[in-house]
Amino acid sequence: MSGKQQLKPEQKRYQSLAKKHTPKPPLLRHAVSAFVAGGIVSLVGQFLTNFYGRLLHLSPDRASNPAVATVILIAALLTGFGVYDRLAKVAGAGLAVPVTGFANSIVAEALEFKKEGLVYGVGGKMFTLAGSVIVFGVVTAFVVGLISALVK
Amino acid sequence: MGTATAARTAQAPKRLGKQTIQFQSPAVIIATGTVVGPKEGQGPLGDRFDHVMPDEILGQKCFEKAEQIMLQNACYTALNKAGLAPEDMDYMLSGDLLNQITTSSFSALAVGVPLFGLYGACATSTEGLTLGSALVDGGFAEHVLVGTASHNRTAERQYRYPNEYGFQRKPHAQWTATAAGAAILARRGDGVRITHATTGKVVDRGIKDPYHVGAAMAPAAASTILTHFSDTGRGPEDYDLIATGDLALYGHRLLLELAQQEGGFDLEPVLDDCGLMLYSSEQEVGAGASGAGCSAAVTFGSILKDMEQGKLRRVLIAATGALHNPISFQQGEFIPAICHAVALEV
Repeated sequence: MSGKQQLKPEQKRYQSLAKKHTPKPPLLRHAVSAFVAGGIVSLVGQFLTNFYGRLLHLSPDRASNPAVATVILIAALLTGFGVYDRLAKVAGAGLAVPVTGFANSIVAEALEFKKEGLVYGVGGKMFTLAGSVIVFGVVTAFVVGLISALVK
Repeated sequence: MGTATAARTAQAPKRLGKQTIQFQSPAVIIATGTVVGPKEGQGPLGDRFDHVMPDEILGQKCFEKAEQIMLQNACYTALNKAGLAPEDMDYMLSGDLLNQITTSSFSALAVGVPLFGLYGACATSTEGLTLGSALVDGGFAEHVLVGTASHNRTAERQYRYPNEYGFQRKPHAQWTATAAGAAILARRGDGVRITHATTGKVVDRGIKDPYHVGAAMAPAAASTILTHFSDTGRGPEDYDLIATGDLALYGHRLLLELAQQEGGFDLEPVLDDCGLMLYSSEQEVGAGASGAGCSAAVTFGSILKDMEQGKLRRVLIAATGALHNPISFQQGEFIPAICHAVALEV
């Protein structure tokens, strides 16, 4: 079904007219705010990694695990308090690309479908958005792992 | 007028041209009820609605329930104003945006009036007015209750993303209005009359972006409005106001251009859009409002009042609806759209 549909001439004409009347998103502003916001998230992550490293005497590699978990927790709490979506409106990709975006998509779905019950609602809908990230993340990791094993 | 149309008109004397009805005994809108959410209440028309809700959930367990309460409230408000009881209504015609139009069915269960469920997406308000007028003019009903509702929280999660999901809205995205409107049509009484109705064809001009519904619906609005002109012999100069449903800023501009290109009409002096009237530009709603409740609340709450006060004499309401659903979009289909117009006269 997906893919190119046959366009009638009137549809083609209208698409170009509609394009003329479609505003361009402010790309430069979005890029700058994503850069700054993404930087802030990374700074927080680095601070947490150092903090856990010193506190628990972990190597930087291992200290990143509790740091990521903490960032996820913060993003989940901000989502629950209804603050995250307001921040994301400004930050855009700066919050969507790091693990914060992943956490937000799961918590937002879970909150939204709470009324449909724990099984069909929270359990069933939680990964509606995040599910494909997990699937393609695992598939990509598998393929890359396979290639690296073969090359070695 | 073609011979087929002429022959059809002879068989059906209330038909006019290709797609229009000219009512012989036009139904009167004797009372209306409007209920809106807090954001709509803060908009420029805030004081024209009967009820502004203090919050979006109204103490209910979910937003869907709140939407039903809003629609019921609009119906009861209209009934109270008319001094009539639900038993006086012969039919209820209602539709909304949720799957299987549950808002309408569940509300009709509470109100207890025989129901015809409608689906015309955001064009449901004028679809209901058209069919209600036909029932009244045909002698099938003395009173018809027409209603529709939409709720930002229920529509967004069905059509797009969960409410707390953080993302940047496109500048041309529209904001689903939290609003409900109901009107009582009657054979007799004082009020604005519905003199004509032009029923739209489904139009698909190849728009795929579900955030750009204004652009998808503008050609449907152009088709119905231009057909209305050719069927009735009227033009923009015969109307004090032509109000489209919810084209919002960019759909509105597209309609102006289409009307000029395809019909040679300059609609600029009389054309407005309910989606542009509901919010002010500071309310961060993108291009403007959308949703089935938008045209209903603005028409019943504001435009009809202007007509009753004599500020407007003759108005064409052309509510517009985008007829996609999330599945058709995911399957790569374009967004078909429809527009139904009704002519109102004091």
